[in-house]
Amino acid sequence: MIDLAAQSWFMLQRQARNLLRERIWVALLLIQPLVWLVLYSQLFTRVTDLGGFGTTDYLDFFLPGVVCMNAFFAGSWSGMSTITDLDRGVIERFLATPVRRSSLVFSQLARAAVQAGLQGVILIVIGLALGARISGGVVGAAAILLAAMLLAAGFSGISHALALIFRREATMIAAANFIALPLMFLSTILIARPLIPGWMQAVSRVNPVDWGVRAAREPALPGTDWLQVLAYLGLLATFVVATGTFATWAFRAYQRTL
Amino acid sequence: MQAIAADGLEKRYGEVQALAGVTFSVDEGEFFGLLGPNGAGKSTTTRILVTLTKPDAGRATVAGHDVVREPDRVRRSIGYVPQASGVDRDATGRENLTLQGRVHGLSGRELRARVDELLSLFGLTSAADRVVRGYSGGMKRRLDVALGLVHRPQVLFLDEPTTGLDPEARAVMWDELERLAKVERLTILLTTHYLEEADRLTDRLAIVSHGRVVVEGTAEALKRDLRGDSVSVELANGRREEAEAAVAGLETVLEAAVDGHVLRARVANGGAAVPGILSALEAAGVPVESVTLARPSLDDVYLHYTGHDFHTDDAAGTSRD
Repeated sequence: MIDLAAQSWFMLQRQARNLLRERIWVALLLIQPLVWLVLYSQLFTRVTDLGGFGTTDYLDFFLPGVVCMNAFFAGSWSGMSTITDLDRGVIERFLATPVRRSSLVFSQLARAAVQAGLQGVILIVIGLALGARISGGVVGAAAILLAAMLLAAGFSGISHALALIFRREATMIAAANFIALPLMFLSTILIARPLIPGWMQAVSRVNPVDWGVRAAREPALPGTDWLQVLAYLGLLATFVVATGTFATWAFRAYQRTL
Repeated sequence: MQAIAADGLEKRYGEVQALAGVTFSVDEGEFFGLLGPNGAGKSTTTRILVTLTKPDAGRATVAGHDVVREPDRVRRSIGYVPQASGVDRDATGRENLTLQGRVHGLSGRELRARVDELLSLFGLTSAADRVVRGYSGGMKRRLDVALGLVHRPQVLFLDEPTTGLDPEARAVMWDELERLAKVERLTILLTTHYLEEADRLTDRLAIVSHGRVVVEGTAEALKRDLRGDSVSVELANGRREEAEAAVAGLETVLEAAVDGHVLRARVANGGAAVPGILSALEAAGVPVESVTLARPSLDDVYLHYTGHDFHTDDAAGTSRD
């Protein structure tokens, strides 16, 4: 266990260090959430007139949503780094060492979670500066970040599993787009639940993105049901375990093809 | 004690029988070469020995541990330098080495000292804190080898370490490897398709062809076993089929093949055979640039065993089985 944690940490450090070296990537990473936040909240300013949002300020409604959106995008794309490592033989080099196989998988999930958490902090700070309110206060903000990190880790598990199965960049990009965009529109990230068609509401119940949004939005808006927050965080944690298992299985399947 | 023992290794990838029963052994402290053309099974053999893939049949031990049943023990005892470089190009040389050391359980001052030692051993000290992306091909390859050595392994696997390097970088690498074999007192398994490399570096070698070891021995012994002389005829133009056909019919020629624009023939007695070869070529209308007569080189050994030859079965004393 200690081995696994230490090795996952070393692998996480490697990824973080390499990414931080990419100045432009870091800059975009910081600016992108701001763009999401400003564009969407401006575009939908009047939409709260329709009612059902639980607030009259769209920014209050959208802030937890955009934190989740950003997190699950970050998770969905994180498998690209596995493709790079596969192409460059980095993973094979590690496989000939006693490194724990699962540390290679866990570090990727953790990296996506950390990235989503950091971006979440930036989004919340900017959101508050723009006048958004989080009714749950600091605990509410922590719940939003936790939901975002779990969401990122969960989708990162799927993303890395697909990377290990396809092992091709083009296929990976197509698959990420194919999965990510519909899941976003089949959730309540942008629009209040009462305003979306019944069949979409039904689908959103089994959409992990929506579990994240529910866990994050509940503490942001007035009248928080904390039990519901915990329930959705629990669902998300199960989702992370499931996709982490899927990624570990995909890793073994990849090893068998060597 | 044997550092590596491979016994009847078989491996199939779909329709391709990559290994059809590879057997050889390497003594502790030996520099051993697996020599063969591309696709002969050298890399597959290496990948089984370093536990990356499992054999379909046969068994192997490395440093006394079974590669299938005790993969973790094997991994602790070996260094592996893959054919395609496995360095992290977005990290510095030092970061690459440090992580590799950590993965092997080194830490603190011991790790830092070992990393410094390897950087200096491979002439990478001044480039240590630069990102690998900016390294030359030779530097990157030397870092690859250094990565395989961080944890002072007992057995080092070098899969085609000089493939793709320019001649100058290759010469530097050879010097490094020669020094390494002396300094670190390692067992080294080297795969290569360069005869010169195997001849210069290895104590003993095995020639691999079509997924089997066809012959094993020291370079000297292999050359000695090929009796007779080696005749090289430089052809003025590339009419290889005509040249091969003309020489194939001669009684005096044990085996012959055209490699590029050089016809190589092995003959029992060079002085007696050369006139016949030349007149046969003249009769076939193949112009000749020069003729050299020599004792067999490793080239001839290779040619003899990897199957580019013909009427091998007629050649007295050279049939195996």
